[in-house]
Amino acid sequence: MEPLTIAGRTFRSRLMVGTGKYNTFIDMRDALDASGTEIVTVAVRRVNLDEREESLLSYIDLDKYFLLPNTAGCHTAEQAVRTARLARAAGLSNWVKLEVIPDDGTLLPDPVATVEAAQQLVKEGFVVLPYTTDDHTVAKRLLDVGCATIMPFGSAIGTGQGLPNPERLKRIIELVNGRVPVVIDAGIGAPSDVSLAMELGADAVLVNTAIAKANDPVEMAKAMSLGVEAGRLAYLSGRIPRNEVASPSSPQSGLITN
Amino acid sequence: MNITVNGKLLDVQHGITVQHLLHELELGDERIAVEYNKRILETQEYPSVLIEEGATVEVVRFVGGG
Repeated sequence: MEPLTIAGRTFRSRLMVGTGKYNTFIDMRDALDASGTEIVTVAVRRVNLDEREESLLSYIDLDKYFLLPNTAGCHTAEQAVRTARLARAAGLSNWVKLEVIPDDGTLLPDPVATVEAAQQLVKEGFVVLPYTTDDHTVAKRLLDVGCATIMPFGSAIGTGQGLPNPERLKRIIELVNGRVPVVIDAGIGAPSDVSLAMELGADAVLVNTAIAKANDPVEMAKAMSLGVEAGRLAYLSGRIPRNEVASPSSPQSGLITN
Repeated sequence: MNITVNGKLLDVQHGITVQHLLHELELGDERIAVEYNKRILETQEYPSVLIEEGATVEVVRFVGGG
């Protein structure tokens, strides 16, 4: 596969993988390895002072993976900007996966606050990868403020419902038109979803729950990686149009008749 | 003196620096970020910033997330 470039940085894999919800850090480490991913997302949280917790980073080889901190859990633009600044202060990079999600249980992004936070963060020199809805006007606004990718959801986070509205994602992909990568983030359930996203022309996908909560996360990580590859190759190869009328695959002449 | 670290009231000695506090909390080796009274500190500031009575400190780390 040809490499993926985001904000001037090149990656061989088009699969981004989240580090949440694994049963153990060992499972996570092995799944990341099997997925072939180079970009892994992490969250930013208070250190627990009551109980020593093992460090996630002991299981992530920073020479191999590029760490992408998110602002998950932030309900307002202000909180997201604060979290992004903290993540940057930890000294890994100035990249942030921006999420602004109201506290209403839907896990659906607040597009207005996301654009607001993105604008501020871009101004402060961040490379901003915003999680957003599948609304093309919101995507356009995020593009206008200088985001490094557009990351529309397939469906709501953790639902595994795949891509119920592929035509909306396609509209975003067409609108963005290669200016920045489009990454389908959230709602992925199976490699077929990942493949569909790539067939539509997405540049990459981000998967977390579907790998972490599979019965065998390592094998599922491999399957997702193959799904990305299959979908990307199919997109580049150009699929046939859908036809109303059937057409035979075998010649109509030279048939054996009585 | 009392300070608040990650929402928790802690009794620490006067004149303690941020670096010293992190050492006390056994966070010396981890990749963390520190906010002192709402201001995010650069790593090189840790040894020089003295913690004042009633200060609010936030210490964050990276955890699993999507």
